[in-house]
Amino acid sequence: MKLLRTAILTAAMVSAGAAYGQVSDGVVKIGVLNDMSGTYADLAGAGSVLAARLAIEDLKDVVKDLKIEVVGADHQNKPDIGSNIVRQWIDVDKVDVIVDVPTSSVALAVNEIVKEKNKVFLVSGAATSDLTGPRCSPNTIHWTYDTWALANGTGNAIVKTGGDTWFFLTADYAFGHALERDTSAVVTKNGGKVVGAVRHPFPGQDFSSFLLQAQASKAKIIGLANAGADTTNAIKQAAEFGITQKGQNLAGLLVFLTDVHSLGLKTAQGLIFTEAWYWDMNDTNRAFAKRFAAANRGIYPSMIHAGVYSAVTHYLKSVAALKNDADGAAVVAHMKKSKTKDALFGEGEIREDGRKIHPMYLFEVKKPEESKGPWDYYKTRATIPADQAFRPIGEGKCPLVKG
Amino acid sequence: MEINLPALFGQLLIGLINGSFYALLSLGLAVIFGMLNIINFAHGAQYMMGAFAAYFLLQFAGLNYWWALVLAPVIVGGIGIVIERAFLQWLYKLDHLYGLLLTFGLALIIQGLFRHRYGSSGLPYQIPPQLTGVRDLGFTFLPNYRAWVIVFSLAVCFGTWFMIEKTRLGAYLRAATENPTLVRAFGINVPRMITLTYGFGVGLAALAGVMAAPIYAVNPTMGADLIIVVFAVVVIGGMGSIMGAIVTGFGLGVVEGLTKYFFPEASNTVIFVIMVIVLVTRPAGLFGRAA
Repeated sequence: MKLLRTAILTAAMVSAGAAYGQVSDGVVKIGVLNDMSGTYADLAGAGSVLAARLAIEDLKDVVKDLKIEVVGADHQNKPDIGSNIVRQWIDVDKVDVIVDVPTSSVALAVNEIVKEKNKVFLVSGAATSDLTGPRCSPNTIHWTYDTWALANGTGNAIVKTGGDTWFFLTADYAFGHALERDTSAVVTKNGGKVVGAVRHPFPGQDFSSFLLQAQASKAKIIGLANAGADTTNAIKQAAEFGITQKGQNLAGLLVFLTDVHSLGLKTAQGLIFTEAWYWDMNDTNRAFAKRFAAANRGIYPSMIHAGVYSAVTHYLKSVAALKNDADGAAVVAHMKKSKTKDALFGEGEIREDGRKIHPMYLFEVKKPEESKGPWDYYKTRATIPADQAFRPIGEGKCPLVKG
Repeated sequence: MEINLPALFGQLLIGLINGSFYALLSLGLAVIFGMLNIINFAHGAQYMMGAFAAYFLLQFAGLNYWWALVLAPVIVGGIGIVIERAFLQWLYKLDHLYGLLLTFGLALIIQGLFRHRYGSSGLPYQIPPQLTGVRDLGFTFLPNYRAWVIVFSLAVCFGTWFMIEKTRLGAYLRAATENPTLVRAFGINVPRMITLTYGFGVGLAALAGVMAAPIYAVNPTMGADLIIVVFAVVVIGGMGSIMGAIVTGFGLGVVEGLTKYFFPEASNTVIFVIMVIVLVTRPAGLFGRAA
């Protein structure tokens, strides 16, 4: 049946896409790899490329002797596509450092390739705490946040205010599984109980079936172990089913500024979650946000964008000090030795297992009447100090850490 | 696994709601394929445009959901008519592949433009105040809005089926597909009828988009995620069969709902498994007539 054949061919084409890059040599080449067209395109996407460019602009005194180039590509949240781009970037286009890479399944694949090729991998977008746990690498630094930090911040706060029975709605891939695992650990440690979980396909569209299962579980808290449009759809539909009016509460375990923007304050108000950075916390952040938004169609920076800025800054300082970018492990070792310092994250450090350490924040979404306008969405509930924000180094089972 | 009957009924009902969207979308596809022989791959993008049109009407003209329900299909259908006049009308005599590639290209361009302008994370759209709230059915909670979706889409589906299968206008349409030359000899303007049919099919997609806006995220890829499933529904129902599209749409919504209950991980593949089985056993689809 000819018709059918063409339909199937076309369906295959839908999933294929374009990667781009340029050949270069003798320059520091930064490859920003993320989702440029799908559900994570606003919270990472082209904004991360912009953040890397802004970092270079702000460092021009330090790196004036270096020739720096930035390239970007779309991994479409697929590990195979991401792996192909990274191989081509390193082998053919001489890219020296891979940055960002949201979607944990893609990040884990890229992690292996970068180690094998001895380049540098600076993770801002991906969440799985395995990147500094069993899968840690001498070539990788996990910059902005991870599933353990999210679970620790949000899980602790909720269990301590009485939310002690949990049901998870989990995105069915590496990230969702890691987030569910890390949050379950926090809940149980604090004397709470996990009564069930349901794994939904990624990306999903309709969550009402899963929400009904969550409702039937009678758990006090429905933990959303997903991200992007999956989270906003689930929150929107939970409101529709009146789940919160009936006494169950939602815990968005990974919520970004762009998600709140897309939900609107009316639906999102009162949500509590953990993030590493917010634009309205101080004057330097606000100045950065204005500059960023002006070049990004008015969309304000997420913590992932800020993390890319911070990571690229520290990387370029190390390369400038070493005057060498060829040996990835050596650059990462230098980055771990030196304290980090940049406009957005202030001072911090990088641990032996590759974990960048800084404070995390527990935010609450404002009520519509509290907000002064678009993007004025969060109020800070608590600051989790740097030494408590991330998993203790001994508990991660990272082979790089000598017990 | 113990089976909790109330929960099961709840899932059946949810499946029926999702089936409403499948039915509305596959109905539009079936109308277009049946009458124009075009595989309209831009259907998902047109559904997305419907949702965006609802947002624009509210944001820039202050027109609420009920206005959007009427105006968005007309506006997006109008755009469809322009597309048909400008591009599709030149392709009817060629292989299906050309129409498919053209509409697929259009879909990518439309999605790209919306993404460039509005980003990928979506825009907020609230449920109309008349339809907020939840009804307790004993075995499950049914949001009023979802009840409205089922009732309204059933009415639209039945109305469309009735118009095409039981009225004089529908008879002209069906005759024009079978033998355009002969119908033209009776003094009927066949090209105009075909143009309007495409506009109608596109309008159905936009209508589904407006209905989806309050419950799904309004974002540029909302249609792309759905369209592959809807194509599977059309293939299972039988390409071009109106009744097939409606029944299969609702039926597969229910099957998917049950899968979400018994084996959630498989819920986005189950429809394709059924598609494979149907194609192997009944290549023309459940309701299709073998060519």
